[in-house]
Amino acid sequence: MALRKISFSLIIRYLVALLIALLVLVPLAMTVFGGLKSTGDLLSNPIGWPDRFHWENFDGILQSASFWLQMRNSLFVMLASALGVVLLASMPAFIFARTAFRGREIIFNFFTIGLLFPLAVAILPLYISLRQLLLIDSHWGIILPQIAFGLPGTILILRGFFAGLPQEIEDAAYIDGCTTVGFFWHVALPLVRPALAAVFVLAMVGSWNAFFLPLLVLNKENLWTLPLGILRFQGQWGTDWARILAFVSLTLIPTIGFYFFAERHIVTGLTAGAVKG
Amino acid sequence: MQSISTAISGSASVNRRRSVHLRRERTFTIILFLLPAAALYSLLVIFPVLQAAYYGFYKWNGLGPATNFVGMDNYLRILRDEIFQQALWHNIVLIVLSLVTQLPLALACAILVGRHLRGRSFFRMIYFLPFVLSEVVAGLIWSFIYHPRAGLLNWLLKLVFPAWEPPSWLGTPNLLVLFCIFVVITWKYFGYHMILYVAGLQNIPAEVEEAAQIDGASSWQVIRYIIIPLLGRTIRLTVYLSVLGSLQLFDLVWIMTQGGPANSSNTMATYMYQFGFLRSQLGYGSSIALIMFIICFSFSLIYQRKVMHQDFAV
Repeated sequence: MALRKISFSLIIRYLVALLIALLVLVPLAMTVFGGLKSTGDLLSNPIGWPDRFHWENFDGILQSASFWLQMRNSLFVMLASALGVVLLASMPAFIFARTAFRGREIIFNFFTIGLLFPLAVAILPLYISLRQLLLIDSHWGIILPQIAFGLPGTILILRGFFAGLPQEIEDAAYIDGCTTVGFFWHVALPLVRPALAAVFVLAMVGSWNAFFLPLLVLNKENLWTLPLGILRFQGQWGTDWARILAFVSLTLIPTIGFYFFAERHIVTGLTAGAVKG
Repeated sequence: MQSISTAISGSASVNRRRSVHLRRERTFTIILFLLPAAALYSLLVIFPVLQAAYYGFYKWNGLGPATNFVGMDNYLRILRDEIFQQALWHNIVLIVLSLVTQLPLALACAILVGRHLRGRSFFRMIYFLPFVLSEVVAGLIWSFIYHPRAGLLNWLLKLVFPAWEPPSWLGTPNLLVLFCIFVVITWKYFGYHMILYVAGLQNIPAEVEEAAQIDGASSWQVIRYIIIPLLGRTIRLTVYLSVLGSLQLFDLVWIMTQGGPANSSNTMATYMYQFGFLRSQLGYGSSIALIMFIICFSFSLIYQRKVMHQDFAV
């Protein structure tokens, strides 16, 4: 009796879990299948199997130079932002975690105030400053702000990991004649590698998806990143939804592939940020 | 004997010299390590906001220096503008919707696929997936789902209620539009909050739960009286993140409706973009930014002081 009751509630749980999974997955599957239909087929039959696979939708986009250019721009901006934020944040994080000096807390608080300046709120003031710095219509006009706004959160996460290193390791390194820089570079950084991977991946995701900042900063089409490109593509093809969904699929598929590879790091980064923050 | 003592005093002075050297090296390192980050951060995060506070007092189209000082006029205009009031109201609606539906849903999912279910990591991975998709991708996918003729939603509704004529989901100028956008926000972000709850759940010792079960608590009672109170810290944090996220919402709205139809889905951020940036009223836009900033800042301060203070005992 008890056994039957348990397995019954278990079945309900699986059914609910499966239903939610479908709510997540069906829109994505619909997108990819929709991209393989002709627009006429798509409009009469949004969810069913394609009448035949219209690979030419994908092919047309893959043949276009602008798609690859946008992909390259996105990749460059993403890698530069992620590298920059990890490099620039790990140094102060290390200092805040492993050295004592007067004013340390004040400087640390100065950085964490930045958590209250969300990029979307500060974006118009930022735009004015970027124009004064002649960074409009330049990839650096996205990369540098993304690094700057990524610093507070990243410093907070990494400081927690640096503080967790055992004191004995530091003592041993200094007895062996390590300088502070040497200890940071050769000992501390390699030891917090999982945390570095986590914040790196988080910065990559943030930059890859960024829309608002590129929208303001990049006017020249040859500088556009993928999110701007997709939106322009939608504007151009208006009601040709099959083509639009094909374009969306082409950016969706690499993202999902990357997700399955990096999910662990993303979760580490987010939960470390939450627990420490 | 004497040679030993000179040796000792000699090594002490070497040590002293070495320690002075070390301290100098350390000070130099501290400055070297802090400087690049502090410079970039001051230049692009702190300074722009201070500068916006200045430009907010000017009528300025962004060309040339700002000379037309108008005092508080921009602020008065914004606060009197009905479109801004609506936008602020929409932000508040989104906050309330997030708190009463999205977070409970995320918590339910976390408990559902939390600890005991076989295949839980598979489900978690699926639920969390939309978080990594860009807002543009999510916005376009859902624009198509809401499509009046070919959209998935109407297709499904037609199966269930063949006689019903559904409204134009994104084309009706009332709160329905906002609600449709909120569905997309939930679809994209419930997995994120779930991940935080799952991490919180893992800190609850299994013995506590088992003890309650042995004492005859139903699973609802375990959730209500054990899991939710012990998750308090995580719940308070997700409330905070959710409010701040709703206050700065821009991307999804702009992609799906551009704040329309007839301003019925504007948020403060889309209002700022439309009336500050696109119309080249950078002084006016600076004041909007500053109002948004003050709202976010005061919320953060009050919430952290009054609600989250017990979580920062470290």
